[in-house]
Amino acid sequence: MNSAALVRRDLRLAYRRRGELATPVVFFIIVTALFPLALGSEPQLLRRLAPGVIWVAALLASLIGQDSLFKNDYEDGSLEQMLLSPAALEWLTLLRVLTHWLVTGLPLVILSLLMGLLLNYPLDSLDVLAGSLLLGTPVLSFLGAVGAALTVSLRRSGMLLPILVLPLTVPVLIFGAAAAERAMQGEPVAAPLYFLAAMLVLAVTLAPFAIAGGLRVSLES
Amino acid sequence: MFVWFHKLASPPYFYRLAGRLAPWLAWASLIVILAGLYGGLWLAPPDYQQGDGFRIIYVHVPSAWMSLFIYVVMALAAAIGLIWRMKLAHAVSAAAAPLGAAFTFLALVTGSLWGKPMWGTYWVWDARLTSELVLLFLYFGYLALHRAFEDQRSGDRAGAILALVGIVNVPIIHYSVKWWNTLHQGPTVFFGARADIAPSMYIPLFIMIIGFMLYFAAFVLKRLQVEILSRERHTAWVQELAGKP
Amino acid sequence: MTAQPSPALTLAARGLAVWRGDRCLCRDLAFELHGGQALHLQGPNGAGKTSLIRVLTGLGRCDAGEVLWQGEPLRRNSAGYRAALAYLGHNNGVKLGLSPRENLAAAGALMDTPASADIDKALAEVGLSESADLLCGALSMGQRRRTALARLQLSRAVLWFLDEPLASLDVAGAALVNRILKTHLAAGGMVVFATHQALELAPFPVLAVKLGTPA
Repeated sequence: MNSAALVRRDLRLAYRRRGELATPVVFFIIVTALFPLALGSEPQLLRRLAPGVIWVAALLASLIGQDSLFKNDYEDGSLEQMLLSPAALEWLTLLRVLTHWLVTGLPLVILSLLMGLLLNYPLDSLDVLAGSLLLGTPVLSFLGAVGAALTVSLRRSGMLLPILVLPLTVPVLIFGAAAAERAMQGEPVAAPLYFLAAMLVLAVTLAPFAIAGGLRVSLES
Repeated sequence: MFVWFHKLASPPYFYRLAGRLAPWLAWASLIVILAGLYGGLWLAPPDYQQGDGFRIIYVHVPSAWMSLFIYVVMALAAAIGLIWRMKLAHAVSAAAAPLGAAFTFLALVTGSLWGKPMWGTYWVWDARLTSELVLLFLYFGYLALHRAFEDQRSGDRAGAILALVGIVNVPIIHYSVKWWNTLHQGPTVFFGARADIAPSMYIPLFIMIIGFMLYFAAFVLKRLQVEILSRERHTAWVQELAGKP
Repeated sequence: MTAQPSPALTLAARGLAVWRGDRCLCRDLAFELHGGQALHLQGPNGAGKTSLIRVLTGLGRCDAGEVLWQGEPLRRNSAGYRAALAYLGHNNGVKLGLSPRENLAAAGALMDTPASADIDKALAEVGLSESADLLCGALSMGQRRRTALARLQLSRAVLWFLDEPLASLDVAGAALVNRILKTHLAAGGMVVFATHQALELAPFPVLAVKLGTPA
């Protein structure tokens, strides 16, 4: 098996349907921009809410991106080929999730810098905000991938996916938003960032098994 | 031991065993719960701060305890079903999940009812109540996924995977919510036994927990009988039971 | 490229039962297939040919009985079994956003990377040399099917599973399938296929499994 070639293929495919992949990013921008419209544009208020708003928007955006993770492969039969290949399915799913994060999650991290500016988030704490997203969004990708794998064969997968995955994302949201909030108030941020890193390690090691199991179940019938 | 285990896993045997055990457990649970209620509502003295309002813990604490206990049972059964491909184990998960959701809901309702006299509001973002709320969402996810599959066996296995992912997450969720709660200095509720609590107050609590467990056991066995019949409906023994030739 | 002739290859089913919801597709199904032989799954629409073929590949699950490869139940050596089989289902497993050549290269990457000369040869054999670098999304259904057939040839699998291989192929395409299968059988390979039309595979022995009408 040639992992690099597989990643290259996924990236090439992603590039050829970049319009579709831009959806979560645009969603992220629009949702973030809605908050000042709903809450008023007072800079102090926006600053106070910025960590939570950006984190919730990023969470929802990354979830939206996950529905397409295996859907195309399921519909054109590539998923069957993946399952029947001699390569370990767990490894293939790990590669897939990381590639998908690269094209859908990483843009959110980069854009969060801009959104922080829009919401009057202090400039000198932007690194922590982006850092928390850098550690947290891959975890969201893995959790979302579990849901995507379990629902890929279902017609209402788009509705079901958030119900399955959102409760699982609570710790990521708590630690991510807390890190960004504490940075803003000049408090130490090591604890929440370490928690996020620990969850990332846990997700990378355990989630591929759940994802592979979910895909096997989904393709049974 | 193994022979007994094997026999237990055979659906017709288990069906009859469950049918025999369930009524006993149901009556036992009724008696124990009544005893617990008598102890909690009449014998236990009123709390020196909260008066009689505290008595809702005799429903709240056992419900909260059951909500977690049932999720653990579900995840264990899911693991057994996935690893040893035991169909009965999946039926246990499926039978327990709605009950777990109901207990979680009951814990939330009693918790918020208790909140009203305590803090003058029906809902506070207390760490335990918040964890319970997330747990309720986890149950909803399991139930929704399990029902979404046309093929029941696929639904069983998909639900089992979700339950296992959930059980890994439950402690993480619990501690993250606790951490979040101390960070934001929310109001803290003292449910459950304190060091200075009188025995006449906490003994009924344990009796209630035992009663709830018995009720759960009886109810799950009854539900399991139904699950077994529906899952084994093509087999000879069920057809015979139904009086078909 | 295809397998060494080896009569020692065996795919067998014992007491196989497959249920689909409340319907029994087959029960107590047994067969034994050796290298150089083909197995034809027959039956009307909805009889369960696809379900059965998926059970045999290991994708689907059976409700009783077992499938044995080289005398071993599937569950025990599933990676080895997957290395020995190739599957062409209803869906081609062809990415519309990639050209046939890219598709074959990617499929090869799942096993081990094939030489580009092999890819060219496989493409020529299915008559896709000219459109090898167009996106599959721009190709006809038949051409996409041909791309999938080329993937089959490129694999070193000895055991082929084909679900309605003739779907969306023209007369020349059907002849192509016949030719490819015969070459594979001649090399000692095995084929399990589900079709309505009979395939012309003489002189190779074709076993048949008939699935009943849906109850």
